Amino acid sequence: MSNSSLLRVEDLHVTYHTPTGPVQAVKGVSFDLGREKLGIVGESGSGKSQTGRAILGLTAPGGEVRAKRLEFDGTDLLNADTRTMRRIRGGGISMIMQDPKYSLNPVMTVGKQIEEAFLVHSKDSKREARRRTLEMLRAVKIREPERVYKAYPHEVSGGMGQRIMIAMMMIPEPSIIIADEPTSALDVTVQLQVLAVLDDMISERGMGLIFISHDLNLIASFCDRILIMYGGQVMEECRAADLAQASHPYTRGLLDCLPRLDGTREELAVLRRDPAWLEARGESV
Amino acid sequence: MIDIRDLDVVFGHGKQAFHAVRQVSLAVEAGQSFGLVGESGSGKTTVLRALAGLLDRVATVSGVMTVADETLQEQRSKSFRRRVQMVFQDPYGSLHPRHTVDTIMSEPARVHRLDRIEERVVSALEEVGLDASFRFRYPHQISGGQRQRVSVARALITDPDIVLLDEPTSALDVSVQAEVLNLLMRLKREHGLTYVLVSHNLAVVAHMCETLSVMQNGEIVETMSVQQLREHSSTMPYTQQLLTASLGYDRAAIDAFEEFGQ
Repeated sequence: MSNSSLLRVEDLHVTYHTPTGPVQAVKGVSFDLGREKLGIVGESGSGKSQTGRAILGLTAPGGEVRAKRLEFDGTDLLNADTRTMRRIRGGGISMIMQDPKYSLNPVMTVGKQIEEAFLVHSKDSKREARRRTLEMLRAVKIREPERVYKAYPHEVSGGMGQRIMIAMMMIPEPSIIIADEPTSALDVTVQLQVLAVLDDMISERGMGLIFISHDLNLIASFCDRILIMYGGQVMEECRAADLAQASHPYTRGLLDCLPRLDGTREELAVLRRDPAWLEARGESV
Repeated sequence: MIDIRDLDVVFGHGKQAFHAVRQVSLAVEAGQSFGLVGESGSGKTTVLRALAGLLDRVATVSGVMTVADETLQEQRSKSFRRRVQMVFQDPYGSLHPRHTVDTIMSEPARVHRLDRIEERVVSALEEVGLDASFRFRYPHQISGGQRQRVSVARALITDPDIVLLDEPTSALDVSVQAEVLNLLMRLKREHGLTYVLVSHNLAVVAHMCETLSVMQNGEIVETMSVQQLREHSSTMPYTQQLLTASLGYDRAAIDAFEEFGQ
């Protein structure tokens, strides 16, 4: 495997078979991920979260995942056995979910949860796990790691909860992190502080990040490269710095309908959806 | 139109007491849109709920509130209830799941013993861009944006002067948000409405309002015109930090962030 590419996704399809017929949540998404911050942006129902979940084999029961290629570090994720997938989840690719209130275990202390994430992927002693956990809590800029170690999730704030999630996902030292709206439940200043922690760790460790969000401004300022998704397909790919010059009418529409701090108070542009956007690409696989 | 003097809201008693709003004063002129901005827990929604009279049984509210020369009593008058309407944040939680749009919308009209209810429902729906066929649908059969339109239409039924908007678009996709914001602006022009808009989104407030107050820890930190906000001429460090943060991710700026309050 080349050192530039950690993850290869080629022609990914996710289909749910429902009583009213198949629903295609993802239709032919392709991208490579290197040691970079890749943003996937889209509105609700665009398939951005389904793409992230399919990579980790977390598609809900009833969903069918097909792809020409879905490869991490030389391993074919589509045909990997359960054992291999358990090793990769957390150890190779891990995922930060949206709301720490729901994704941390409410009846287990913060320290024990992070230790568990470490011990699943390592043969080290419990003593070592504790040491590493405290070190990790310090790394995500938690001021009193000893106190937070013993705390339960309901005793910490939302911003701290999300730092704890980051610590837990980082401790098995994965090479890719998938973050699905990791800061959408947080206040704007806390959100940026949490992202700064994530940003620093990713660049220090040379990891790849897939950052899934509905927030175009945030993605444009945080990521290196952006995929814009709509209706299960990638409408456009561009460098984050070039988003303002994006050419696809959907991307332009999304940009134009945002109210701006420095804007006028005239009517906002309204997005006109064109069915042709979804027909442009042929069906395959 | 609206005048609030020295508003205090305390939840709970004794040791458990939580002082959610402290000494808040603000004035909104008729036909104006006034924004209340702040992070979660700053008390912005509590001010709105205190004004609407939704806190009297759950909190101790003190201060003087006047709406159109009527000094508000704990038990709000019927005319206040008609003249002041509210649109809530979550269109999934604020419409009765087992009532049709028609039932939802005609209830305020029945409460206020208005005539021609059916006619009013149809015309309010039309005003928000929904045709009459929506009357017989249930909330789960329509999209989030359509639900928020129904909430707005419900608020219009009693022909109010003042509409209180509590994060009206934060649960919506940006393309739907633009449609709802345009709708609110048009209705304000056509009906001469006065808005109080609560939002954590500075850009939305800058788009909708003329004046805004920034709240933090239950207090108003600063009141200014939107023009001042746009020119970044705010004098308070808290407001400036909020502005910087709302412009997007900037690694260098984040290290300079301060902790405020407590």
